[in-house]
Amino acid sequence: MAKYIIKRFFMMIATILIIATLTFALMHSIPGSPFDEERTSNPTIQANLEKFYKLDEPMHIQYLYYLKSIVTFDFGPSIKKPNESVNELLARGFPISFELGMVTILVALLSGVTLGTFAALRHNGIIDYLAMTFAVVGISVPNFVLATLLIQQIAVNLEWLPPATWSSPLHMILPTLALATGPTAIIARLTRSSMLEVLTQDYIKMARAKGLSPVRIVVRHALRNALMPVVTIMGTMLAGILTGTFVIERIFAIPGMGKYFVESINNRDYPVIMGSTVFYSAFLVFMLFLVDIVYGFLDPRIKLHRKEGDA
Amino acid sequence: MTNPTKIVSPDSVKDEWFRPKEKEQGRAESVVRPSLSYWKDAWRRLRKNKLAMVGLAFLIFLLFMAIFGPILSPYSVTGTDYPNQNKAPSLAHWFGTDEAGRDVFTRTWYGARISLFVGVMAALIDFFIGIIYGGVSGYKGGKTDAIMMRIIEVLYGLPHLLVVILLMVVMGPSLTTIIVALTVTGWVGMARIVRGQVLQIKNYEFVTASKSFGAKTSRIIRKNLLPNTMGPIIVQMTLTVPGAIFAEAFLSFLGLGVSAPFASWGVMTNDALPVILSGHWWRLFFPAFFISLTMFAFNVLGDGLQDALDPKLRG
Repeated sequence: MAKYIIKRFFMMIATILIIATLTFALMHSIPGSPFDEERTSNPTIQANLEKFYKLDEPMHIQYLYYLKSIVTFDFGPSIKKPNESVNELLARGFPISFELGMVTILVALLSGVTLGTFAALRHNGIIDYLAMTFAVVGISVPNFVLATLLIQQIAVNLEWLPPATWSSPLHMILPTLALATGPTAIIARLTRSSMLEVLTQDYIKMARAKGLSPVRIVVRHALRNALMPVVTIMGTMLAGILTGTFVIERIFAIPGMGKYFVESINNRDYPVIMGSTVFYSAFLVFMLFLVDIVYGFLDPRIKLHRKEGDA
Repeated sequence: MTNPTKIVSPDSVKDEWFRPKEKEQGRAESVVRPSLSYWKDAWRRLRKNKLAMVGLAFLIFLLFMAIFGPILSPYSVTGTDYPNQNKAPSLAHWFGTDEAGRDVFTRTWYGARISLFVGVMAALIDFFIGIIYGGVSGYKGGKTDAIMMRIIEVLYGLPHLLVVILLMVVMGPSLTTIIVALTVTGWVGMARIVRGQVLQIKNYEFVTASKSFGAKTSRIIRKNLLPNTMGPIIVQMTLTVPGAIFAEAFLSFLGLGVSAPFASWGVMTNDALPVILSGHWWRLFFPAFFISLTMFAFNVLGDGLQDALDPKLRG
């Protein structure tokens, strides 16, 4: 197990390094300096600004400074809002995005697994049919379309729930719903198909023959194996949800990472773009790493602590 | 041994006991069912899947409207008509007009053009890169495969949409940029599938047989491996398209894709956002409806193909 974790850890570092380098190269391949639009006619000011942001150094030195800023987790000041640092923006925006993302994944997991399990238990029954209809629709409707529809119908026409911001649990319902529907649908479908497969296995027949209660059979015996495919896609799904928060935050005017990220892109605020991209990707890659390790613990067939050929 | 069989002496065996069986002219060797190739058989099974056929029919309709819709309509995509702004659907404007008096009907089909173009181009480029990379990796095996797969694993960890957004910022919003950005990260999934398939099939007997007859590597790849990997590849392509359509709409929605006055479903949804409070439902409804229906159609068609092309389910 330790060997596997170490291997995965180094791969994670490699991925983060690649995205950091890619971000750096892309940002510096844009011609001109970020101060060009400012029309600071005074060359001394320009030079001082460039010196302050270390833009006067040669490229490889800038790259080293940049790597250092990642390791020390200090992304420096923003260019467009000089009195704010990238770290402050991240500290303000990230917790909100994180909260939205975590609530969403929790809702999606719980409802998706429940839906998929019941659909499998009532195979070809009315619940199965309804659940799968929901799943196909849920996969087809893009989250930003769903969000807009929800605001129009539930918040504006019916006035049941507030249409925007993130200030109370009541405000959280619509954004979460909009973001969680797609993942719920995917999880429900996956759970159903793997559950159907698992339920035909001999050990389930054995459990039935032993006279275990149906609930116990499903919860203790079937679910653990049926959930493996769900755990496999968890990593990429998390990435999808956390980037999906960008557009949801925009629609619901939630002041999370997405707001600052899109803003910084529109303003060409390079330190913010670079800082938030690297931070966000590092976070996502780390989540992927965690999911892989959880997978290793859960799947009895993967013997992580043994070398190949040992078994 | 208490075998009750009567023993017949060789002398009593008569010749007339033995006569040739009447020939059933050709019957025995004729094939009762018409021989079906893999593709014909797949098509036969796909046809039975009603949902997939509905999806296919809708996509054909969409393709037709994407090509001819903007031509058939008397209005242009970008033509403004300020006296007629925000008009509800009517005989003159079937889907209504937007805040600049542009015809939503025309813009919807123009959006279909963009979505289909982005989706199909992304799927095709993924297909070519994926087949070459995955094919080489799976066929060569050994060290080459190990190195190529490490690269894939690292790339697979990249958050795709972030990379796409980053590329859009640097290259500037345009349709080409969207396609390039989507394929830079998108081919990885296809390469993994091709590699898995090749790895499995290259050890089958018919490949060994082909080799023993002295077939060249290129011939084995073209004649033995590729045709047998096509099923999962086609399914993957069908499922790539809705992903790409979603990504284009997502980016356009964020203001990073196709920009006004040109229309894409993402742009139209985004434009509809400020006016939904004023009850201009058609502004949101038509792009939302068609983007969802298109994703639905590709998804059910992909699912149907997956079942139809699965050799294990061949009946």
